[in-house]
Amino acid sequence: MLAFGWLAACTSPLATCAVQSCPEPKTLTIFAASSLQPAFGKIGNQFQANEVKAQGHVVNALSFVFAGSQMLTQQLGEGAAADIFASADIAHMTQVNAGGLVASPPRVFAHNRLEIAVARGNPKGIHTLADLARSGLVVVLADPSVPAGKYAAQALKTAGVTVKPASLEQQVTGVLSKVAFGEADAGIVYVSDIITSRQVDGVAIPNDQNVIAEYPIAVLNTGHNQAAAKDFVDFVLSADGQSLLKAAGFEGV
Amino acid sequence: MRRARTPAAIGLLAGLGLLLFVLPLAGLILRAPWSQALAELTDPTTTMALGLSIFCSLTATAIALVLGIPLAMILARTRGTVRNVLRALTTLPMVLPPVVGGVALWLAFGRRGIAGSLLYQAFGIQIPFTTTAAVMAETFVAMPFLVIAVEAGLRSLDHRYEEAARSLGAGYWRVLTRVTLPLLRPAIFSGAVLCWARALGEFGATITFAGNFPGRTQTVPIAVYLALETKPEAAITLSLILLVVSVAILVGMRDRWLGAL
Repeated sequence: MLAFGWLAACTSPLATCAVQSCPEPKTLTIFAASSLQPAFGKIGNQFQANEVKAQGHVVNALSFVFAGSQMLTQQLGEGAAADIFASADIAHMTQVNAGGLVASPPRVFAHNRLEIAVARGNPKGIHTLADLARSGLVVVLADPSVPAGKYAAQALKTAGVTVKPASLEQQVTGVLSKVAFGEADAGIVYVSDIITSRQVDGVAIPNDQNVIAEYPIAVLNTGHNQAAAKDFVDFVLSADGQSLLKAAGFEGV
Repeated sequence: MRRARTPAAIGLLAGLGLLLFVLPLAGLILRAPWSQALAELTDPTTTMALGLSIFCSLTATAIALVLGIPLAMILARTRGTVRNVLRALTTLPMVLPPVVGGVALWLAFGRRGIAGSLLYQAFGIQIPFTTTAAVMAETFVAMPFLVIAVEAGLRSLDHRYEEAARSLGAGYWRVLTRVTLPLLRPAIFSGAVLCWARALGEFGATITFAGNFPGRTQTVPIAVYLALETKPEAAITLSLILLVVSVAILVGMRDRWLGAL
């Protein structure tokens, strides 16, 4: 997960079922922004549990690819086959849509806010975005080509703060790991990252400086499993899906 | 003696193997935005990454020479288990995935690392995210190439020259600088060039341990990786520069190193 999104691909464990009556599960490939990893892991498990409840076995083997939205967009543009794309911003979904890859209109399924990630107990006493400009503080941001980096730059600009970042990471999880490892004193990530990581503390950013990220999802026409893709998107938008997203720190729609 | 005819199957497989190398290179050259190449070359991001890459890879090679030649000398003198252990340790960075190397460097030299924590507490020095970190990552990954080459050179050295010099009254350092090192020159040269080329192409350990910031830790391979998503033309141009450098090295070394294989 440090460098290549492809490494993050994983398949959910299959439920057991009688050997003779068990049809081979079809693969459902989901390209999702890295900030969605914890939430989609849970949603995927619940989606499969529902399949087992309804049909007695797992119908679709879920194959997730988590990476920065910009990287997923590039891979889709180069012809990577996926059934679903979930982006951390509207811009990359628009780009994929413009490439003629989207089967049905994208729908926003979640919102996310920014928060400052600091070490447990906030030893450096960071309370506002302005504190990030303090000299001697090691601050890590996501690269502006990544949605999280773009949003962080917007928030800093609104707050009128100039930060000298030590590094510009290629995905938001890179920012989180640098803070969690203690190599950076602070970083700007999503609220959902802090809630699910449990290794860092969050410092809230006031609403007037914050940016609300919109997460759109769409079924792609490059996939081979469109009916199941639609079911998955419907589940994400259902009350159950939304409550799983909320538990992972997202705001529903 | 007549050599046996090579079966067609061997030729076919060899051709397929060659295609695997040639096609990506052809793709790079054919899809290169030649008209924009000059503009990309003068782009500050490109020149900064290129300058940093050259600086870091040359520094890493210099460090590898200073530390690697003595290491090779010790390696060449050892035997049995000690030699096997030392060799395994030295060549480990060659087989380790570079990203794993980067994490290992982090755990050793990071702010909370084994050595890094002492450095941070005593002097307030933090290595990650600095150009020093980029140089360290490149040295870590590239030095084995130099050590292996010099050690091989030392093992195949005719030690009678050194003995002759010693019998004529030359001391250890005089023998080393006047006899041993000059005899080792081809091995040192080829080892240094391979080491430099590996350092120039380093990506995984650098981005993990040093992060990414233009002018400080963003070397050409990292700039290529980032530009791929936002400015593909710049990525292809930068890739071409690395390709030209690599080809130049290989052609230049053909007789010295590859010819001997």
